[in-house]
Amino acid sequence: MSNLNWTEIFGQAMDAAGVLIETQPATADHLSAWQIADRHWQKLAEVAMTHRLRWSAGWAEQGPEQFSVYVLFEKQGEYLQVRTSIDLNRAELPSQATVYPAANRSERHTQDMFGIKFAEHPDNRPWTRHKAWDKHQYPLRKAFAVQGQPEAITPPDLDYAFVKSHGAGTYEIPVGPIHAGIIEPGHFRFQAVGELILNLEERFGYTHKGIEKIAEGRTPESLARLAGRVSGDTTVGHAWAACKAMEQAANISIPPRAALLRGILAERERVANHLGDIGAICNDVAFTFAQIQFSRLREDWLRTQANIFGHRLLMDCIIPGGVKHDIGEADCDAFKADNVRLRKELSDIITTLDLNSSLEDRLYTAGFLSEDIAAAFGTLGYVGRASGQDFDVRRDAPYPPYDKVTVKVALENQGDIASRFWIRYKEIMASMKLIEQFMALLQAGEIATAWQIPAAGSSGLGIIDGWRGEIVSYVAFGSDNKISRFYPRDPSQLNWPALEKLVLNNIVPDFPVCNKSLNGSYSGNDL
Amino acid sequence: MFRLFTKILSTGIVTERIKAPKDAELEQLGIEIKRHIDRRFSGSIAIRAVDAGSCNGCELEIHALNNPYYDIERFGIHFVASPRHADVLLVTGPVSRHMQTALLRTYQATPNPKWVVAVGDCAACGGEFGESYASCGAVSNVIPVDMTIPGCPPTPEVLMKGLLGLMKR
Ligand code: SF4
Repeated sequence: MSNLNWTEIFGQAMDAAGVLIETQPATADHLSAWQIADRHWQKLAEVAMTHRLRWSAGWAEQGPEQFSVYVLFEKQGEYLQVRTSIDLNRAELPSQATVYPAANRSERHTQDMFGIKFAEHPDNRPWTRHKAWDKHQYPLRKAFAVQGQPEAITPPDLDYAFVKSHGAGTYEIPVGPIHAGIIEPGHFRFQAVGELILNLEERFGYTHKGIEKIAEGRTPESLARLAGRVSGDTTVGHAWAACKAMEQAANISIPPRAALLRGILAERERVANHLGDIGAICNDVAFTFAQIQFSRLREDWLRTQANIFGHRLLMDCIIPGGVKHDIGEADCDAFKADNVRLRKELSDIITTLDLNSSLEDRLYTAGFLSEDIAAAFGTLGYVGRASGQDFDVRRDAPYPPYDKVTVKVALENQGDIASRFWIRYKEIMASMKLIEQFMALLQAGEIATAWQIPAAGSSGLGIIDGWRGEIVSYVAFGSDNKISRFYPRDPSQLNWPALEKLVLNNIVPDFPVCNKSLNGSYSGNDL
Repeated sequence: MFRLFTKILSTGIVTERIKAPKDAELEQLGIEIKRHIDRRFSGSIAIRAVDAGSCNGCELEIHALNNPYYDIERFGIHFVASPRHADVLLVTGPVSRHMQTALLRTYQATPNPKWVVAVGDCAACGGEFGESYASCGAVSNVIPVDMTIPGCPPTPEVLMKGLLGLMKR
């Protein structure tokens, strides 16, 4: 009710600002869709900001005669998707990044991939493009061949204009793309004085694999597989979001049993990742006891998944229309046994950690992210929830099976690494409860709905809560069941900028643990 | 402290026995070895893992090699922070074009004799991403590869078998 109100009130405010809104048929629950003229693009952002809407995602798409540019806002669990159209030959639009810092990298990505210029953008450097394609080529334009015209050896991108520091005693530390550990590639540029971090700049795009481009022309099954590899640790989350979008486009709904199984898969994925992260955070402050214990618990958890779903990380378990594997009584018993065991283990280990003063010393107050900054960047998932951002798609814009249960959202507001540690622990406990509730609701029935070929030009927007937070997946179909556009927005895209802020005034040696506490996906960011 | 030691003691040793694989087993796992590691290295192999553009799934399983079930260090296989300290490069992902130079430089920085293991379907043949304007595809399109371990991602057990297979003889 109150939800409906804000779109209405916001619409009136837009009217008052002289913006004509064309309302479009919504394709999903909790979602309204508007179309506005391109010249009002920035005004939209300004009014949205005064109404405290959260900027969630932005993307573009090429039609036969024009580019469509989209933005997604959210407030109180109600989403608003606004579209504008611009001429193919005059690809320019006022920037929203002047109003919303969260839009900054997204617009630069759209600029690099489509050649759409965002006027007055506060940062005109490229983002996703390094040297694999020319400045005046745009991979996501239809005329650009998927093979491109790469050089035999793509040179490194040496032209990126990093912020420079001046002054006595300041120095720079360039780190990456290849890091010391077993982690994904990306570049960090620090300015420091002594041990203190004065500034950090991220430079990503190294793992750009052309996911959006190679999605084009795929079948729904093939897109689900690709989506499951946007970020390997979120294979369930991205496959679900993409399938949800495709199912909207095809106008089919999945059977209740399939929804519950998806819920079980997603919550198991959340637990597996949080277990890994908690251990890794402790490891980064040299507390190996926890690392060993948590990596053991994670391994136990993954082995059950391998036994039941045939894949340790649960890849390809979600398919368009439903899920691939059914589960039986014995499998439910195995999940229950996992929960019993994990609760018991955690009660041992967590009390040990809680009493450990050296851990406390390193994790409390370090890597502080204020509520204001978290809100300004639209920070998501456990990073946002550790800094007072009380939002969770599962509770606020519930989709099956979360509409059948009460989702309790863990919240902390200290904003430090310890908060991000504890929130993960709380989420593990909550996920186990959800898994049990989902199992209790299981009734015999189908696990997939037969696929319907979507009409050419139909599209869908899948919004779900992955283990890192809200995932947004846009899918549009061309003719013959073929994908014409796929854009996945991983929560990392909004969380990464927060790292640049939360490391400030920390010491350089604490960077790894700060980074781990956020644990963004590089692959999910670079696409 | 007392709780901590109690937990360590009650957990006990969970490390599992693992046998050096036979050729038939390696073949069955789809593991291809072009060149074995010198006998002289057995008991101490330094690995530098390089993500050349993976989806991070392969990294999760490489990480698992260090958990107490697999504890790969007991075979003298350990991960190092610099290619200059490495005998083996463990490369994952299709090589993104934006990582091509970085991978080449890492290869050059690794002292001879050196071996390259391509881990995962992407590294072995391009996988789900293949070759495109953004991706060079298989690792062997960029640097010479001595062994491929398929899988999406390969399980820690398969990774372990592969690495042990590379060392044997
Ligand atoms: S092989 Fe699979 S898990 Fe490994 S990088 Fe490729 S898609 Fe990811």
